Amino acid sequence: MILESIGSSSAIGIDALWSNAAALVVVIPLIGGAVAALLGRGRIAWAWAVLCVLASFILSLFMLNLVLGGETIGYEMGNWEVPLGIAYQIDSLNALIITLVSAMALLALLFGLPTVEHEIDPKKQSMFFGTFLVCVAGLLGMAATADAFNVFVFLEISSISTYVLVAMGAKQNRQALTASYNYLILGTIGATFFVIGVGLLYMVTGTLNMSDISSILAGMGDDRVVRAAFAFIVIGLGLKTAMFPLHTWLPNAYAFSPSIVGMFLASTATKVALYLLIRFLFSVFQTGSSFETAMFDFVLAPMAVTAMIVCSVQASFQPDVRRLLAYSSVAQVGYMLLGVSLGTAAGLSAGLLHLFNHALMKGALFMAIGLAGLGLGVVRISEMRGMGKTMPFTAAGLTVAGLSLMGVPLTAGFISKYYLVIAALERGWWWAVVAIVVSSVLAIFYVGKMIEAMYLHEPAKHADGSVMKVKTPVLSLIALYILVLANVWFFFDPSLPFGLAETAASALIGGEGS
Amino acid sequence: MEMSFPVDMNLPINLFTILDMILLSMLVVVAIAIVRLNNLFSVVMLFGVYSLLAATWFVSLDAVDVAFTEAAVGAGISTVLMLGAMLLTSRRALPTTPLRHWTALLVVTATGVALFYATYDMPMFGDANSPANSYVGLEYMTRTITDISVPNVVTAVLASYRGFDTFGEVVVVLTAGFGVMLILGIDGTKPGSENSEPAGKKEKPAKNSSVASEAIKSPSNHHVVLGVIAKMLIPLIVVYALYVHFHGDYGPGGGFQAGVIFASAVILYSLIFGMAETRRALPPALVRFCSILGVLIYGGLGLVTIIMGGKFLDYNMLDTHDTIHAQHVGILIIELGVLVTVAGVMLSIYYGFAGRYRDLKDQNW
Repeated sequence: MILESIGSSSAIGIDALWSNAAALVVVIPLIGGAVAALLGRGRIAWAWAVLCVLASFILSLFMLNLVLGGETIGYEMGNWEVPLGIAYQIDSLNALIITLVSAMALLALLFGLPTVEHEIDPKKQSMFFGTFLVCVAGLLGMAATADAFNVFVFLEISSISTYVLVAMGAKQNRQALTASYNYLILGTIGATFFVIGVGLLYMVTGTLNMSDISSILAGMGDDRVVRAAFAFIVIGLGLKTAMFPLHTWLPNAYAFSPSIVGMFLASTATKVALYLLIRFLFSVFQTGSSFETAMFDFVLAPMAVTAMIVCSVQASFQPDVRRLLAYSSVAQVGYMLLGVSLGTAAGLSAGLLHLFNHALMKGALFMAIGLAGLGLGVVRISEMRGMGKTMPFTAAGLTVAGLSLMGVPLTAGFISKYYLVIAALERGWWWAVVAIVVSSVLAIFYVGKMIEAMYLHEPAKHADGSVMKVKTPVLSLIALYILVLANVWFFFDPSLPFGLAETAASALIGGEGS
Repeated sequence: MEMSFPVDMNLPINLFTILDMILLSMLVVVAIAIVRLNNLFSVVMLFGVYSLLAATWFVSLDAVDVAFTEAAVGAGISTVLMLGAMLLTSRRALPTTPLRHWTALLVVTATGVALFYATYDMPMFGDANSPANSYVGLEYMTRTITDISVPNVVTAVLASYRGFDTFGEVVVVLTAGFGVMLILGIDGTKPGSENSEPAGKKEKPAKNSSVASEAIKSPSNHHVVLGVIAKMLIPLIVVYALYVHFHGDYGPGGGFQAGVIFASAVILYSLIFGMAETRRALPPALVRFCSILGVLIYGGLGLVTIIMGGKFLDYNMLDTHDTIHAQHVGILIIELGVLVTVAGVMLSIYYGFAGRYRDLKDQNW
């Protein structure tokens, strides 16, 4: 029997690949991570990691294609039917997230080899790439699963690997260790809150499958246990999303981690947590219940607006470039949460679109800063002086991504802010529109500081007065420019992310007839 | 739904309730003591006491598997590992500012209030009609015998119905091991050697380990009694670990607990005979390989079931004629994976700490 199935033609093997795509997209990097740690040399482990993530990316594209065709992919682990076993479910909401995470992981690896060789002890590189793969798999698993407890397991996988990856910045700066420790403590509190919430839900529903929980909750009246579960889950995931004021772990974790880690986390980690928050808010708990509406209006929206303004101000005063970008990330999470808190399909799809676009811009910005750090040892803005001459390509890429962060027309950032403003106006939240404008002006200020340093100041010169040219690794530059072009491309053709976001938003909210 | 009281109303108070209350109040007392103490050694010891009390309470709740894990992990190996970590730092915590305590107290109080608030609508404790006891939980109880046919339903849920979660947990354990190896040094290299020569370190691991082993003087020569007793105990502990492993289908136990027990046997060996002997018996490279191997066994089985035409971790594919047999084989294989990874990671963490001790004097223990 065994030989029969193994010995059959390779076409069946390919079939098995496609029919198990939902599981393999997560499992390949998960097992690959363990294998990578066995490969002695850094470069071999890197090549293996690229291979694993590429496989994941191809599988996610395959599933994205099916989802675009209107399908919902279900997968039952161990072939146990729901709710006995754990199931994966890929629909328009998480197909986008899965593709985003696997694409960002691939780009991070393409970009990151020279920075890893510079920043990580050679003996540790293979295990570093192994941990990176595990982190990717953890995030993918969180996005793919339809089981509330399985979310927790993969949350732990991604969190613990993230703490380790952040701490690996210690060779550059010892502060990475305290940054990682703070993140570990807060992240563990977040995970604990989340699992308490899931436990309470299990107590009143007797099941862990998300849609099963949802349908049982729909038949129940108001219940204190459900309310407590709601609070615990929102706070737990809020910590992971860096929802203001639960964001204090983020700036240092992004600033002191190795370049490749900061870039990958900035473009994926908070996004996956936000996706889960949306999933729980709209498809597990009952939308329209009094406490959820109250939470949106009186907690989520004010916090989102505060984050947009306060953290943009904080970003403006950061001399450290990566801390600047990290504070800006918390502000940008505010935009996404504002979209969510509107509670309308338009608001949610604008928030999702901004989630996608923000991954593109922050990914590109962190890549560019990573290359500047590699070439010039840039840590502070003042050290970026004259980068327009010493590293012209990197500087140009950084500028375009920075413009996208401001929300300038011809970049993707404009589109999502535009839809967000429209959605806010539809609900008559003019104060939110004011906050968007103020926050964008602040973004002009802090991005402008970087652009000014790069182009309006003279670079450091050699003794003979010639400008020193810095060589940039080609592969890293290609990865950077893929993201930079994506920032422009999705201005002209936002149909892919926007179509998916709209379908997802109307599936989550449309049923309520709002 | 009708509310039925599980407690026999004729008795004023159930005796088990009294026991639970005593255990819970002891837990509270120990927790407060842990918060208030500055002496880290006492804190670590009290953590062990806390875990043991929790384990006892779990037994009284009929959650024997959880109790076993709590006793083995919480009271057993994590106490050893925390003592190991403490040896690397200091014995006393620095005094903290009172304000920080107040904010923490505020958060903790809010959490407690939320939980109390929820208790009002919770099902009664032990209610047979509660959702957790009547829906999926009940289905596991009734179906295990026909689907998997192992007497211990916990093992059936853990290893088969929700085997994917367990796979995830094994990866969590491995990731923790990666973390300790990456931060403390892969082969337990001494501190300073990493930072002083960042690049192009060519020396072999074996050399490192001999440097480290010199630092840790074996205390064996003046602990004859300990040595003799340990030599008698260690084989028994290992046999017990294997018993716990293979008995997991029938009673409480399984790969997690067995891996921890096995690791503690090796740690006992190293405490008595020194790290040098331990490294010779179980080289760090082997331990590291084992921690990865377990995940490969577990995940590899999943990939095999896919290749055989099933879904990930669908054990039935292993023997389509006799699915009960297939389930048993599958559970045995994945439990082996769990055992190997857990034991490997626990030892890797221990080696990571032990490799950093400058000098391990008797009075330090």
